[in-house]
Amino acid sequence: MSAAPLTTHAASRSERLTHLQRLEAESIHIMRETVAETENPVMLYSIGKDSSVLLHLALKAFAPGRLPFPLMHIDTTWKFKEMIAFRDQRAKDLGLDLIVHTNQEGLARGVGPITHGSEVHTDVMKTQGLRQALDKHKFDAAFGGARRDEEASRAKERIFSLRTAQHRWDPKRQRAEPWHVYNLRKKRGESLRVFPISNWTELDVWLYIEQENIPIVPLYFAKPRPVVEREGQLILVDDERLPLEPGETPKEISVRFRTLGDYPLTGAVESGAATLPEIIGETLATRTSERQGRVIDKDGAGAMERKKQEGYF
Amino acid sequence: MTIHQTPQSFGYDAFLTAHQNKEVLRFITCGSVDDGKSTLIGRLLHDTKQIFDDQVTALQRDSRKHGTQGAEIDLALLVDGLQAEREQGITIDVAYRFFSTEKRSFIVADTPGHEQYTRNMATGASTADVAVILVDARQGLTRQTRRHALLVSLLGIKRVALAVNKMDLVGWSESRFEELVAAFDAYAGPLGFTEVRAIPLSAKNGDNVVLPAAGAPWYKGTPLLQYLEEVPVRVEEQAAPFRLAVQWVNRPNSEFRGFAGLIASGRVAPGDAVIVEPSGRTSTVARIYTADGDLPHAVEGQSVTLVLADEIDASRGSVIVTADAPMRVTDSIDARLFWAAESELLPGATLLAKIGTVTVNAVVTTIRTRIDPETGKPEPAARLVANDIADVTLSLDRAVAVDAYTANRDTGGFILIDRESTDTAALGLIQADASATSLKDEPEEVRAKRSGGGFLSRLRWVFGGI
Repeated sequence: MSAAPLTTHAASRSERLTHLQRLEAESIHIMRETVAETENPVMLYSIGKDSSVLLHLALKAFAPGRLPFPLMHIDTTWKFKEMIAFRDQRAKDLGLDLIVHTNQEGLARGVGPITHGSEVHTDVMKTQGLRQALDKHKFDAAFGGARRDEEASRAKERIFSLRTAQHRWDPKRQRAEPWHVYNLRKKRGESLRVFPISNWTELDVWLYIEQENIPIVPLYFAKPRPVVEREGQLILVDDERLPLEPGETPKEISVRFRTLGDYPLTGAVESGAATLPEIIGETLATRTSERQGRVIDKDGAGAMERKKQEGYF
Repeated sequence: MTIHQTPQSFGYDAFLTAHQNKEVLRFITCGSVDDGKSTLIGRLLHDTKQIFDDQVTALQRDSRKHGTQGAEIDLALLVDGLQAEREQGITIDVAYRFFSTEKRSFIVADTPGHEQYTRNMATGASTADVAVILVDARQGLTRQTRRHALLVSLLGIKRVALAVNKMDLVGWSESRFEELVAAFDAYAGPLGFTEVRAIPLSAKNGDNVVLPAAGAPWYKGTPLLQYLEEVPVRVEEQAAPFRLAVQWVNRPNSEFRGFAGLIASGRVAPGDAVIVEPSGRTSTVARIYTADGDLPHAVEGQSVTLVLADEIDASRGSVIVTADAPMRVTDSIDARLFWAAESELLPGATLLAKIGTVTVNAVVTTIRTRIDPETGKPEPAARLVANDIADVTLSLDRAVAVDAYTANRDTGGFILIDRESTDTAALGLIQADASATSLKDEPEEVRAKRSGGGFLSRLRWVFGGI
């Protein structure tokens, strides 16, 4: 019915946008809305592949102008060495305004994943560190690279997620987000977490990195690295802070990382994928989800949902 | 059907090209509480190999704890994310799910069936290209089915898959299927869908979801997934006149002044004559700037930065539109609201209206009628409560540019924001200007229907809010 009037203006087959083009356009739209409607936004930069995509999208969104907000990295002091080197190189190459924040109080207390366990470490160095930094700089909106396909409770996260002055997330007070109309209003002290790549999947991220030739931390590519096996996870011996059990010796195995975080909490996967097409091939053929390499997600049922309510990103 | 062929099978380049050039389809699933929506999505994810081993392990553990399928894996648990939902055994919010085949990527909004969550369903439907409406073959059409079909049509979805689920429990009876399809057609006939595709299936067993059903040789159509891979997407948006709401003015230096925004509909090219609404000033498009270089043309769905040939005043909230089809500029709008707030709405209330990229004060001058969510019939209402649907008149503190929702979902939809709580209080659909004498801007099909007269056109009038 009524097919006739459509043909005059209808885009030809070649003008149809691809999935990646639409995802990119949606993300750029979200970033521009944020800059237009908030006072003091910041981009949380975790150095991982999702952050790399986020940064690339932001550069595109505001070109030919400069990025109208700083980047901020919450440094737990337990990141992979290669991540820090990559971060500093990117900041230099792109002339980025980069803030690095560490929870000094936690650091002084010697909080770390090995001594205190993943749950306490993540809470103190990551969640509390983030809250300190947001309060210190009075940021009222923070971009993050979370995706809805990562974890069940994130599937229901909004693109613009309201947080109380205490940075808590209330799953019952989520706002409807119809069409492309977003409500960015908030009360004094409240802030927004903004997730421009909510609708991207792990595969989309890789396909886009390949298409756009986006630099990423070399740890994503397989090469022989010294690892030890702990509770089914392959942990990289990244520095001398990782105590070896009696009789434990690191093995050189060809591994890569699907996600990057604090090295003692991030499992590697055995892989020979040393190029992007190989990684994409593996991503399609793989039988485990990427968060499987995240120790913190297994801190009990509903772990992520609870962490989010407490202000974890 | 092959899902996710391995890259080795036809070379990395061809493989990458195929996946990088896929289209996306957004769809919504809706149905009554126990029609099996979450199970259907779980089945789509499972059978298209989107479920990973560690998720299956978690699923087996969760199925023992919360499952409703006895010893079997409960696929619905893949989708029902939040703890509160698992404990109640129901879906209480919109969950977005993603899967892909070689032909398309899919974004699924799984929305609740309960009456009190109308706002969530409206949200899920607002961006969907297709609605999958589930019906339990044993139960038949329920009050909920009718409400969902009505909501889907009000939100402007033109294509519907009627998924008649649990066919295994009625012995794959063709006559039962035909009976339900006839009942749905009788109800949905006036709702103005372009297409209704009925598919008999069993989400629990996976019949006619991804793979054909062995039990229904009489069914000559395709499984649901194949329909979703082939149904046309965004043809209405492509065909509509050019609209771009200015989000942000990009002025890095005195040499460059660009208007950044997402193209809501239509296409644009350098040299096109445009109007900047609501001021009505005219100019032509000089450049379509993107970080990847200037474009020879751009289409709906693209985020671009337009440079105009003249130094005219435009800022956030302006809408750049084709000179061929100006927008309506008005400070008074009739709108259909989906009231989402827990508080009541009374005439005289002042809220913020965010329409595209402009936010204005809006006074609800009158609540004209409340709409019965099942029959679509108007009834008088002095106030609105959560999840009411109603037609109201809003008086704005300045003139804005709008389209009728039936002509353009993105420039005809808006939200109302509570000024004190800052919560989103309502979704709104702009209705055609009742005072306008000219009907020239109506879509062809609507005019044809209206001139046809009779009962159907009157129903369409009510449902479409035209």
